[in-house]
Amino acid sequence: MTPLLTTRDLRKNYGGLRAVDGVDFTLLPGEIHAIIGPNGAGKTTFVSLVCGRVMPSSGTIIFDGDDITDLPAYRRVRQGIAYTFQITSVFAHLSAYDNVALPMQRTLTDGRSRAKLHAGVMNALERTGLAGRANSLAGTLSYGHQRLLEVAMGLALKPRLLILDEPTQGLSDGEIAGFMDLVREIAQDATVLLIEHNMQVVMGLADRITVMNAGRILAEGTPADIRANDEVQRAYLGTEPA
Amino acid sequence: MRGGNSSAKVFLLHIAVIGILFALNFILPEYHHGVLARVMVLSVVAMGYNMLFGYAGLLSLGHAMFFAAGLYGAGLTAYHFGWAMPAAFAAGLVSGAVLSLAIGLLALRTTGVAFMIVTMMFAQVCYLLTFYFSEWTRGDDGLVLGQETRRLFIGDFYLDLTHPATRYMAALALFSVVLLITLFIVRSAHGRVLVAIRENEERTKMLGYDTFANKLVAVVVSGVICASAGAAYALLFGYVGSSFASVQYSILPLLWVLLGGAATTLGPFVGALFMYYVVDITSSYTSAYLLIVGVALILLVLYFPKGILGTIRERWIRWLP
Repeated sequence: MTPLLTTRDLRKNYGGLRAVDGVDFTLLPGEIHAIIGPNGAGKTTFVSLVCGRVMPSSGTIIFDGDDITDLPAYRRVRQGIAYTFQITSVFAHLSAYDNVALPMQRTLTDGRSRAKLHAGVMNALERTGLAGRANSLAGTLSYGHQRLLEVAMGLALKPRLLILDEPTQGLSDGEIAGFMDLVREIAQDATVLLIEHNMQVVMGLADRITVMNAGRILAEGTPADIRANDEVQRAYLGTEPA
Repeated sequence: MRGGNSSAKVFLLHIAVIGILFALNFILPEYHHGVLARVMVLSVVAMGYNMLFGYAGLLSLGHAMFFAAGLYGAGLTAYHFGWAMPAAFAAGLVSGAVLSLAIGLLALRTTGVAFMIVTMMFAQVCYLLTFYFSEWTRGDDGLVLGQETRRLFIGDFYLDLTHPATRYMAALALFSVVLLITLFIVRSAHGRVLVAIRENEERTKMLGYDTFANKLVAVVVSGVICASAGAAYALLFGYVGSSFASVQYSILPLLWVLLGGAATTLGPFVGALFMYYVVDITSSYTSAYLLIVGVALILLVLYFPKGILGTIRERWIRWLP
């Protein structure tokens, strides 16, 4: 299978700090792929390089056969890479509706009619269970709903690759269960790259897992492989395997 | 979200405002009639300024240069080349478009305070240019356009723009067109992107928008609107002078927009009208009128922090555009 995304020897240095240090990474189309690792492992920096928020110091990024290393972020979004922020950054002073209309109106190629826009926006809001709050200002929504709104905005971009950066952080258990169902549904027609700390979510969702530590890839494999990997346990849990 | 119901309300409100201004032409005493004509033209500057500052969130301190581009574009061609009014007006618009495109390409490389300083410096350059070319512009003394250059010919028939009622109607026509254009823009997809850039530019990029291109369009639209006011001012009031390019005319639109309510379509007009009359009324009582103006502004900021219409929208009438 041709990979959807490949990075080759990808590096990002901040002064002397090697935040991402020679990462060779492959993402297959259709999979849910989780990236885990301790704080400061370079997970967010790595996906920021992929989506173009941060430019790499060296290395290449191939998306769907094209070298996108030098493309600005907005062009990558247009190619189908959507990123939902770790720190919720919905437009607080706009309604939930307008938040979703923004990404939606750009992807409409057929005349940008108001009716089409409306249908598309409501569809994204319904999939995330926010249809009843279309008119609420985003800033007044509960934290969990703001996270869902982030996902709705990502969906509205009709991405081929959806990057979710710690999506369940701060959600209640009930919300997390609903969220996992949503991600499975999204994965039916998009590839999902997930940074997540909650192991239950990772083990329940991911087809493959990449473990990062100190800017490098430590291990890669199925959830079962990773669970059984001694090196991962050492780095991640800070304990020697029993 | 704006439903169909509030769309109709919004449209009716703007038509009503234009209708009232039309009716006032026949009611107002001579003095106030003249004031309102002038305020309508000046509020077009404020509307142009509001596009950039209110919606896109870019604070420029140099919009006098766009007003002056229109003023001189129309004034110089009418005065020196004897261009007819429509051609002179078009020259004003083109000057504004060219200047704003050039300034936009340069100044948008900066943001925040740097953007304020860069626009201010460019405006200062334009102001000094009006003196440098004083052979053509006569600097501070300025040019006075005679009555014969301020006639709009339609066949053999002509409209004399020195006549108060005609002038009022011409000002109202410009005001109405620009008001409806800004209303259309802010409710369009582009308007939504501008607000998004104001709220969070980084996030807007990550939704696939070329924010630079969107901001550049906003600068040019804003510049051309201000230039249209400048061109109209030259042709309607017949005077073209350096003082209109001074820093004062960069600050005033900011003040009008803040007073009336940034990012409201009618706020610029409300702010310009309010400010004009506060100065007008207080200066007839005391030479220390700026003191009273200052107090009035402070009170307004205290009780209407988002401007008159901005605060009204926040507290009472949510559908106000």
